[in-house]
Amino acid sequence: MRTLRARLTPYALIFPGGLWLAIFFVVPTLVMLSLSLQSGNVVDGFAFTWNWHSYVDGITTYHDQIIRSLLYGLAATVIQILIGFPVAYWIAFKGGNNKSVYLFLVLLPFLVSFVLRTISWQFLLSDNGILLGPLRDAGLLPQDFRVLATPYAVIGGLSYNFLPFMILPMYVALERIDPRLLEAAQDLYASRMQTFLRVVLPLSLPGVFAGVLMTFVPATSDYVNSSVLGGTNTTMIGNVIQNQFLVNQDYPVASALSFTLMALLLIGIFVYARALGTEDVLEVAAR
Amino acid sequence: MSRGLFRGRGLQIYTWLVIAWLVVPIAVMILFGFNDTKGRFNTTFQGFTLKWYGQLFEIDALTQALVNSLLIAVLTMVIAGVLGSLIGLALGRYRFRGAALLTLVMFAAISCAEIVMGASLHSLFITLGMPEGFPTIVIAHVMFSISFVAVTVRARVMTLDTSLEEAARDLGASTWDTFRLVTLPMIFPGVLAGSMLAFALSIDDFVITNFTAGGTTTFPLWIWGVTRVGIPPQVNIMGTLIFAAGLLIAVGNIIAARRRRA
Repeated sequence: MRTLRARLTPYALIFPGGLWLAIFFVVPTLVMLSLSLQSGNVVDGFAFTWNWHSYVDGITTYHDQIIRSLLYGLAATVIQILIGFPVAYWIAFKGGNNKSVYLFLVLLPFLVSFVLRTISWQFLLSDNGILLGPLRDAGLLPQDFRVLATPYAVIGGLSYNFLPFMILPMYVALERIDPRLLEAAQDLYASRMQTFLRVVLPLSLPGVFAGVLMTFVPATSDYVNSSVLGGTNTTMIGNVIQNQFLVNQDYPVASALSFTLMALLLIGIFVYARALGTEDVLEVAAR
Repeated sequence: MSRGLFRGRGLQIYTWLVIAWLVVPIAVMILFGFNDTKGRFNTTFQGFTLKWYGQLFEIDALTQALVNSLLIAVLTMVIAGVLGSLIGLALGRYRFRGAALLTLVMFAAISCAEIVMGASLHSLFITLGMPEGFPTIVIAHVMFSISFVAVTVRARVMTLDTSLEEAARDLGASTWDTFRLVTLPMIFPGVLAGSMLAFALSIDDFVITNFTAGGTTTFPLWIWGVTRVGIPPQVNIMGTLIFAAGLLIAVGNIIAARRRRA
């Protein structure tokens, strides 16, 4: 009796939360898949008809936005690695007793609403705002120079908003490196550059992988930055999905596009994980 | 030799520059809560004033949105806190069939694009003909918070020594008493951290809320709605107050952690 009860205990513990995830995460994904294969309209209702046209229509109409999203997401991810790695490195190796304070400073933006942070940038970068106005008046910038409504503003916003997600896992990986390894490398006459390239960098890679997973997905699927900071020719796939679902109510096409986005991201993660060693990536990401 | 490979202050200055970049929009938000702005657009600094702090709750729709956000965050914190902690306890303590599947689903929920989760839930609700509003927002927020709580609690559970629980049982404590008096106090820091994470995720969420809110407004949704017509200074102040509250909690945590170490 006791053993049966002990065996059932974990199932009792996971039951309510597991059920919640099943009903409101797994089932909705399947419902959306079904919706993407239906035809009809809001007024007359929808029926399941294996209607693959939504995929064909969606992808042919919006392939520009899909490609743009992937490019912006990739650009933001690369920028975040380049900006974030030295910061993570410095905090991990030189932060001393104040490591938690520096990390806290890096995480400060998360105490402000995501939408509000992005609007703050819109305000800072506006054409006659406190940054560009004085620079233009001083003749340092051409009269028609602008940042808002350009790809640079959107990619900059994406890089800004998700940077802490990149720094944190890189820091965790760097912090775990045993300093004696660096001493050993130097004792064996490795130059500083060699020590960095052949000891520090390889050991930090799991953190970089985890950082990429945590930033590429939200950056690629975002529509807040391109709405607030972008213009008509920086529209991303997130804007389209949002618009088709909530404004046009063209559910089949909207679902097909969401599913396409999900598939692209999953394939991306899978290829990436295979190329770099699945266990490492999943293990670090799950942590 | 000191730790690290690079000499000099270059990296230190660089780090501070990046931190400054991260903090700039926050500073702007706080500053413009004190702006004595005249028109509808709060975009140029026209002098220092505290009057907006006095009129913080003058915009009824905004106040209602903030109240909604806080209520949703508290409900999410409690529900996801309990459900997620139970999963974390099970995964950290027991080996059982299905654990790998559950972990995979949680990993998928954590790494899934928000817009896909929001769109899926919206599909479910329209298919079921379920009206969207306050309850559907809570359902959505609990859904995406559970995994984060579970992962946090599992990490805590895995560091614990099971011999204390065995000792309690050897001394005649019932299963429930062992849980209440030994297990729960030991995992409590993890439960607290996970629940606070759920609160923070909930109060900040925009994308999934946008897909599940129906006619209900939360703080981020209200701000989104007025982006084109101009943000009133009250929004800056509410943002500032949320920021200050988060700051106090975090600083308190850091100080408490230091004292424990000392």
